[in-house]
Amino acid sequence: MNTIFFLVQQTMFFSIPLLIVALGGMFSERSGIVNIALEGIMITGAFAGILFINVFQGALPGQPILILGLIVAALSGMLISLTHAYASVNMSANQVISGTAINMFAPAFAIYVARMLRTVQQIPFVNQFRIRSVPVLGEIPIIGNLLFQNTYLTTYLGFIILVASWFVLYNTRFGLRLRACGEHPQAADSVGINVYKIRYAGVLISGALAGIGGLVFVVPTSTNFNATVSGYGFLALAVLIFGQWKPSRILVAAFFFGLMKTIAAAYSGIPFLVGLGMPSDFYKMTPYVATLVVLAFTSKKSQAPRAAGIPYDKASR
Amino acid sequence: MSSFMAILVGLFVGLVILLVSNPGQAIRGFLAILLGGFVDMKNLGQVFYFATPIILTGLSFGFANKTGLFNIGGAGQFIIGAYAAVYVGVKWGFLPGHAHWIVALAAALLAGALWGLVPGVLKAFYNVNEVIACIMMNYIGMYMVNFLVVKTIFDSLRNQSMRVASTAVLPKAGLDKLFFTGNSSSSVNIGIFIAVLAGVVIYIVLDKTKFGYELKACGYNRNAAQYAGINEKRSIVMSMAIAGALSGLGGALLYLAGAGKSIEVVDVLAIEGFNGIPVALLGLSHPLGILLSGIFVAHLTVGGFNMQLYDFVPQVIDIIIAVIIYFSAFALVLKGFIQSFFKKGDEPSGDEKTIFPDIDIPEKGGDVS
Repeated sequence: MNTIFFLVQQTMFFSIPLLIVALGGMFSERSGIVNIALEGIMITGAFAGILFINVFQGALPGQPILILGLIVAALSGMLISLTHAYASVNMSANQVISGTAINMFAPAFAIYVARMLRTVQQIPFVNQFRIRSVPVLGEIPIIGNLLFQNTYLTTYLGFIILVASWFVLYNTRFGLRLRACGEHPQAADSVGINVYKIRYAGVLISGALAGIGGLVFVVPTSTNFNATVSGYGFLALAVLIFGQWKPSRILVAAFFFGLMKTIAAAYSGIPFLVGLGMPSDFYKMTPYVATLVVLAFTSKKSQAPRAAGIPYDKASR
Repeated sequence: MSSFMAILVGLFVGLVILLVSNPGQAIRGFLAILLGGFVDMKNLGQVFYFATPIILTGLSFGFANKTGLFNIGGAGQFIIGAYAAVYVGVKWGFLPGHAHWIVALAAALLAGALWGLVPGVLKAFYNVNEVIACIMMNYIGMYMVNFLVVKTIFDSLRNQSMRVASTAVLPKAGLDKLFFTGNSSSSVNIGIFIAVLAGVVIYIVLDKTKFGYELKACGYNRNAAQYAGINEKRSIVMSMAIAGALSGLGGALLYLAGAGKSIEVVDVLAIEGFNGIPVALLGLSHPLGILLSGIFVAHLTVGGFNMQLYDFVPQVIDIIIAVIIYFSAFALVLKGFIQSFFKKGDEPSGDEKTIFPDIDIPEKGGDVS
């Protein structure tokens, strides 16, 4: 039983950042802007957030500084995604190229600034954010063990973002407009929607969420930031497509990927899996192979936003 | 023209970053970047050494791009090719003389082609978006190579692959005699000639053969190509396989260079695979442009190493390249700006048409065929 508790708790650490970042990507792509820059934005957010925590850690107690760090991460993510929005919306640039540029820029910038400030590229932080047990809720048998012990504030933030995203996308005027711009921007424009504004909003939301996701990934899984998020931005992109651009399916995809990552990372502590005698590289490979297989079976009826990746030109209406 | 604008903007941003971080040394550091390899013969040789793998991955990306595919799988194809070459280099010592490294390169071509083939088949027959398939194949390739290196050619002391036999190391062909300073010579070898040869071959295939025409036709419009009687599924599979083979060859040329580099068992994607993307974009996906831009990027890289003398961090080069890519994505708008700037009408219109004509935005999920 303890093994299962441990697995579920670990899975949260890997799944929640994927969930948050993939939801961010969803806002961008449903507005019609392909965002391959998620990896770079995550790095930017994690860098800014960890740097903030590193500097102010002595001055403030645990949870408040985490919340402030998350805000810093979100703002820095929005700032860098602004360049992507500007290129894609105002400049009609190729969105994949602009995204690639950001993916290159972010780690280089993080390393450069870190080494210029403190000569080493790692930025350490003290992990004082773990919640051993949530009061009252943590006492509940089984559910308390699974969800409310050995956890982080960020786990619940992930679920809040999920619910909020679902609500915004399907139950608000903004969500309807966002989806319209991703499917048929000309039609949206013809009924008076400002396509440029909506797309800016989509990209900025994705920047904020990817920035948060970067910090959420680094905090529980490491004790320093080394200018990398281990390819999680690309994995989130796969989660987004695996989840067919829909919040509920993204949730399922994020947890499937997270579970596979957890097994790869922690299988040596699980007697049943050790008994199988598989090398750890195979567990590490599993999420990627599984994604390929599932994509092969589902891609015939893909539900990608129809206008994603195409710059909107008013004149071509 | 817009490539030059982008390069100027990129270098300017680099200068600003240097000025902000250390005004005293900024000018000297910036000059080191500009000089790059032109400080002595050894550094000039290093430019060609660094250019070799990224020219190949650049050709890989550019070739796929010309045929309407976005091959972001260079990292996986690169490392799997490197493994195949190193495996042959370590284990197949029975091969005589020059046959050894030639067979090792062939093995890398095959392995890389296989790694490119998978996304190609998935795209052609199952309509899987190749960007995602390639990203998945990158990670599968990385873990696969880690597993295989440990199983077959492991040097457990250094946690990396064993050294290849001396017959598998690429010949220097006298280049080390030409490019040396003092008593240290450059790592340059015939790999650079192989890279140039690959560029020429790709140019001929794309622009001078029916096969290349068919591949490009599929890139412009898959349905129209199919309507014209071109087997579009075969074309997609073939062009991904060729792109993969090019990246795989790049991996072989780097790890057989005899510069003491071995495949390390770490969970990090091969950066050379991604560095091919800016090289290809800067070269406008044209094979000959890629040769030049590969050498240019290597020139900056060497400049970045030399800049460390003045206490700067070489990552500023990556920042400059990223800015260059970003602004080269603006090609369309910059073009308009340049034209309005030179209103006299003496703007050569010929090459303006070739600015990013072929970069196809990958559609998520592809079109319905």
